Amino acid sequence: MADRPVLVRRQSLTGTRIRERRMALAMRQSDLAQAVEISASYLNLIEHNKRKIGGKLLLDLARALRVEPSRLTEGMDATLSDMLQAAARETARSFGPPAETDRIDELAGRFPGWTGLIGEQQKRIAALEAAVEGLQDRLSHDPVLAESMHEVLSTVAAIRSTSDILVREPDLEAQWRGRFHRNLHEEAERLSASATALLAHFEGQGARAETLSTPQEQVEAVFELAGHHFPEIEAEGAAAIPAVLARIATLADDDARSLAERHLARYAADAARLPLAGVLAAAADVNFDPQVLLPLAGGDVALLLRRLAALPQGGAQAVPGFGLAICDASGALVFRRRISAFSIPRYGSGCPLWPLYRALGRPMVPDSAVLDLPDGSRFRAWAVCQPIGPAGFGAEPVMEATMLLRALPDDAPASPDAVPVGPGCAVCPREACVARRAGGRFG
Amino acid sequence: MGSRVLLVEDEINIYEAISFLLSRDGWEVSGHGNGATALQEIARLNPDVLVLDVMLPGRSGLDILRDLRGQPETADLPVLMLTAKGQSKDRDLALALGANAYLTKPFSNSEMVETLRRVAAGGQKAGS
Repeated sequence: MADRPVLVRRQSLTGTRIRERRMALAMRQSDLAQAVEISASYLNLIEHNKRKIGGKLLLDLARALRVEPSRLTEGMDATLSDMLQAAARETARSFGPPAETDRIDELAGRFPGWTGLIGEQQKRIAALEAAVEGLQDRLSHDPVLAESMHEVLSTVAAIRSTSDILVREPDLEAQWRGRFHRNLHEEAERLSASATALLAHFEGQGARAETLSTPQEQVEAVFELAGHHFPEIEAEGAAAIPAVLARIATLADDDARSLAERHLARYAADAARLPLAGVLAAAADVNFDPQVLLPLAGGDVALLLRRLAALPQGGAQAVPGFGLAICDASGALVFRRRISAFSIPRYGSGCPLWPLYRALGRPMVPDSAVLDLPDGSRFRAWAVCQPIGPAGFGAEPVMEATMLLRALPDDAPASPDAVPVGPGCAVCPREACVARRAGGRFG
Repeated sequence: MGSRVLLVEDEINIYEAISFLLSRDGWEVSGHGNGATALQEIARLNPDVLVLDVMLPGRSGLDILRDLRGQPETADLPVLMLTAKGQSKDRDLALALGANAYLTKPFSNSEMVETLRRVAAGGQKAGS
């Protein structure tokens, strides 16, 4: 298939990226080799992915090439890569010849600025499409608008019929003429009022539409900025929430502030039930394995998954990077912590094959799986679906699914039970997947 | 012509204009402005043809039409529905429920007269 990407592992392309970066800087192989104190022939082997590198040599090469080391080992951000894949598919569908999707890494290596621009534009397009969908939905189901339009059309209908009679009936009796003139005046007044009200309504809609970011996006930005870890709340509990909120200037409206309060209140409750010091020490002892740590949470699996995602990354305990996705019972993603190389979409839903959604079908049963992504990256996922909110006799529980993600090291043994998944049908290159929604977002 | 038409329309100025127009065209026009009691008024007046607005206080014109088609006495009563422009779902639903024709507001007077004549004469499906 023309737009199918080459399924190679990002990590195995380190040499290719070094070569591309060197060429982008117009640097000779011998000069780079000399700069990092290795032979040109050894660098040649590295550049052709015949020698693995790491440690000091990688850092030296990155410094000589003036890039972050992760740029050489991981390539571009997975989300950006997925966005470029989606942009390429969309372009191919709309404008003809497909882009060279198997050379995306090369493109990013040679033209990082342009690649970032394409990715940002694709994100902007996706955001605008989501905004348009939202506005269309708002227009279709807006009772105020429907009522206003009916009012305007009824008024126009009355004016049209009445004025037509006045024009076409020159011998109209004075009594009728007077009545129709009065009716016209009434309807003109009414039209003026309803048109003004309609414009005011649209202005209100427009003002809301100017901010494309939803409260969820604003809150997510706050958590991202804090690294999903709030030391004040860890230390002082819920009492520190007002201080945390007071520090945040990016919450544009009451809805976003209210949502932030809810998430921070849950954070505080989680921290109270599973204090940082205890969970950090215990987790570090067992390589942050949720399976082993389950007894800590007293059976509340979701609590444990959330707490692991809230640990401060790195540090003396070398906390690994965790990703987190939470969806409600309808499958809508309501919270996410992003993790490098695994796209969790902001709009719509993720991959139907993620354990997150599998868990929805088996409430209270913890699930775990190794996930194979289309680019060769692998992750371990832990998921569970549990009720939220207070329980009540005879009351239907409100369910929520939580999934924790952790990247598997490059040399981790292959898992025969690994599940091939994607980033969500919207941007997934697995065209033949049985779970694929027809066409995906861009189809 | 002398046929009796009942105009179920709550907008008084639209009613007055259409009423005048149809009277000049020879129709005997009655009016009613409440959806909730429209069925009783139709039964009482037993018109030859009905002009029925979709959006009415008390009860939707579509609900009234559904009931009319479900009763043997009014199953074949010619009905011209009035819908608002852009409400294509209303128009489709009206035809599916058995309306003989529809007009979208704002309509022209000549459209109204011609469509009503056609509906009364044959009851064939038509619309604008």
